[in-house]
Amino acid sequence: MNLILFTFIVLLGFTSYYFGRRKAYTIQSTNKRLTALPQFYGYYLAIWCAIPAFIIFSLWAIFEPTIVKLLILSDYSNQGYLDDELNLIYEKTKALSRGQFTGEITPFIEASAEKYLSLRSIAQSSKAVIVLSIIIASVAYAYKKISSNSRTREPVEKFLKVVLFTASLAAILTTVGIVFSLIFQTIDFFKVIPLFDFVFGTHWYPAKAFVRDSSEALDPTMYSDTFGAVPIFAGTFFIAFIAMCVAIPIGLMSGIYLAEYASVKVRQYAKPLIEILAGIPTVVYGFFAALTVGPFLKEIGNSMGLDVSAESALAAGGVMGIMIIPFISSLSDDVITSVPQSLRDGSYAMGATKSETIKKVIFPAALPGIVGSILLGVSRAIGETMIVVMASGLAANLTLNPLESTSTITAQIVVILIGDQAFGDPKTQAAFALGMSLFLVTLCLNIVALRVVKKYREKYE
Amino acid sequence: MNKNKEQLLNKRYKAEKRFRLYGQSAIFMALLFLTIFIFKIFSTGYSAFQKTWLIVPVTFDAELMMLEQNPSKEDLKDADYYDIALKSMADLDPNANEDQENELKRMVSYFFEREIKRELLNDPSLIGKTKDVYLTASDDLDQVFKGNYPRDLPEDQRRVTDYQLKIFDQLVEQGRVESKFNLSFFTYPDSREAELAGIASSFMGSIFSILVCLMIAFPVAVLAAIYLEEFAPKNRFTDFIEVNINNLAAVPSIVFGLLGLGILLAVFQLPRSTPLVGGITLSLMTLPTIIIACRASLKAVPPSIREAALAMGASKMQTTMHHTVPLSMPGTLSGTIIGLAQALGETAPLILIGMVAFVNTIPGSPLDPAASLPVQIYIWAESAERGFVEKVSACIMVLLGFLIIMNLFAQIIRHKFEKKWS
Repeated sequence: MNLILFTFIVLLGFTSYYFGRRKAYTIQSTNKRLTALPQFYGYYLAIWCAIPAFIIFSLWAIFEPTIVKLLILSDYSNQGYLDDELNLIYEKTKALSRGQFTGEITPFIEASAEKYLSLRSIAQSSKAVIVLSIIIASVAYAYKKISSNSRTREPVEKFLKVVLFTASLAAILTTVGIVFSLIFQTIDFFKVIPLFDFVFGTHWYPAKAFVRDSSEALDPTMYSDTFGAVPIFAGTFFIAFIAMCVAIPIGLMSGIYLAEYASVKVRQYAKPLIEILAGIPTVVYGFFAALTVGPFLKEIGNSMGLDVSAESALAAGGVMGIMIIPFISSLSDDVITSVPQSLRDGSYAMGATKSETIKKVIFPAALPGIVGSILLGVSRAIGETMIVVMASGLAANLTLNPLESTSTITAQIVVILIGDQAFGDPKTQAAFALGMSLFLVTLCLNIVALRVVKKYREKYE
Repeated sequence: MNKNKEQLLNKRYKAEKRFRLYGQSAIFMALLFLTIFIFKIFSTGYSAFQKTWLIVPVTFDAELMMLEQNPSKEDLKDADYYDIALKSMADLDPNANEDQENELKRMVSYFFEREIKRELLNDPSLIGKTKDVYLTASDDLDQVFKGNYPRDLPEDQRRVTDYQLKIFDQLVEQGRVESKFNLSFFTYPDSREAELAGIASSFMGSIFSILVCLMIAFPVAVLAAIYLEEFAPKNRFTDFIEVNINNLAAVPSIVFGLLGLGILLAVFQLPRSTPLVGGITLSLMTLPTIIIACRASLKAVPPSIREAALAMGASKMQTTMHHTVPLSMPGTLSGTIIGLAQALGETAPLILIGMVAFVNTIPGSPLDPAASLPVQIYIWAESAERGFVEKVSACIMVLLGFLIIMNLFAQIIRHKFEKKWS
């Protein structure tokens, strides 16, 4: 039904474009001067068709469900149901009308389901009538306007500009969406679990917080020693640290070599090859770490008499480091190549060797940019999910031994939210609280890193 | 004194050489990782493109199938195939006792009666006759035949019994075991049985998600980029938008998964596990990538083009839409393809919105539950059965193949169509 209506409106839009343009030609044939190119007359009419349709469609989408719900529940209003029960009745009604209801069908609910269906069909047909009549009215108004040969290009361009501006708000909306999706659950979480316990507690066993009914859910003693995030934070930074131990030396040295030593030919092939590493999906790295690196490290460790877990922090961190190499190498390569040649020439003129020039002149000059690239790498390591989920353990151990398994923020979010979630359960909320802390940490890192890189670029431009 | 100087010089030259060596070895290490990586995936994955079949003589006994004289097509569909299927497997060893018959049955895939049924539906005249039918071998025997399964383990540590191996070796000798191209890997949906699991459902899931992502992200991103690059006044608000975009590009992907879960599923009540929600989530992630690429290529269009159009009397909007934007399209498109390639490889946000559910049907629209290729890799990698290991690698090969094709395509667009201005 909606689809038919939509197609019809699109067709209507095209026809009004056509009529608008034809009107322009008839005005032209009476030897009057047009105020704009003929297609603008068409666009003008088409916009007058699209805007009211869009407005009514969105208003309907917002208000129809609420009004239908009110009307359905008005039948139950005098029977002393609680809000939750009313909501349940409404959900049952909806499920029954869709034919997906599996429980016991009471005559009350059956009657409401019938009422629901009839209300929906009334709503649909009245929507069609209202949309069509308003469109016709607005197109007729616009047609009258262009008949009197008023301006059309300016309003059309203004409209386009508004559309462009709205699109550019998408980035802000996404950020707002992220904050909103995280903040409510996080606040609910901290209502049950004190912030202090979360930030400084050292025991993380979310599986323990299994709630049987809602009266237990609000009992804070249930959760003592369950949601202490210290092991998670420690594990996250520990694995990121291992990753950076691999990524910084290799990435930085490849960046320096590519920028300063490599011949054009080596650079031409080596650079894109290294960047392939950045294009490989992380789940593939995770599989590699779990299937190859983990068992390999375990075997080596066992042969040396060490007790190595097959899911060690070292395996996850090491593979993550490989993944981050290209980020650091490309960024530092860019940064080093943008150091002005005059600095190098000055150093060579003093008799310095190439490596001395790099170490004592270029590196200090490029340092802010390099630090920025490393910070971006750290932010990526902290936010990386699949490698940790697949290759490191899921149990949150508080350890600094790279051969044991640890867990990270991202891995815990996945563990908690995989499968079905019940919103309102502290376990689910804990995942959102972890997500919030992840978002905040990476946000700070990104802002600092981007600012550093930007400042540095301005310095040499 | 002179000697001292020479020593110092030598030392400095040695340090120079050492430093150079560090650089070379760093590059070498990075490339070594890449090689090991690709080698490992290919060496474990290539065998998944072959599938082992047992050729078993099946007697289509009308009585056992509960069929009457001259059965119609409907009768054939409803007939009982289990008994003849079981009998044909049991007949492989006439002396088998009941336990052994059970073991014989487990040498072929779980749905072997369907394969027999298909044979008869294709040729109803087979009733009462005996024919050699290709049956999918169980994944354990499949692995044995491919040499991926250690046969020398003690019997209680492997999933294949000595008896099964004995019969299997007899079949191999008789030439009744054949390896053919594994078409079902591409045409079957996911399954709990490794030998029957395919990537069709997750492949379609990926395609639908990417299409949804493209349809949302591309127009919004291009419009936003046009506004920011061509129309936006330089003020604090535009700066704020810019900071937002740059930050979003670096936000961890799992946070977008939380957004999808907390807003799309919980607030807007969109259907769980569907490519629609997955596509919307991915589009929010891809948005900044495309905006940044599109702005860069708009910036690369020289001002002379705009000035020429303005001088001819075009309005600002006409200049942008008729000249600047079309000229920037190659760069935008290649940026879009690269962004989509990233989205195609994304796993974590899709897991959070429930696209990890076990789906054994092929989705027909973005509103059907589905997995996606990377999620399929995750699901299979987490299952214990040995048969899935090669499937994971093969799935990775398919995914990497797609990513390579997309990136090449982006390169071609960039090099072929982008105008060089200087």
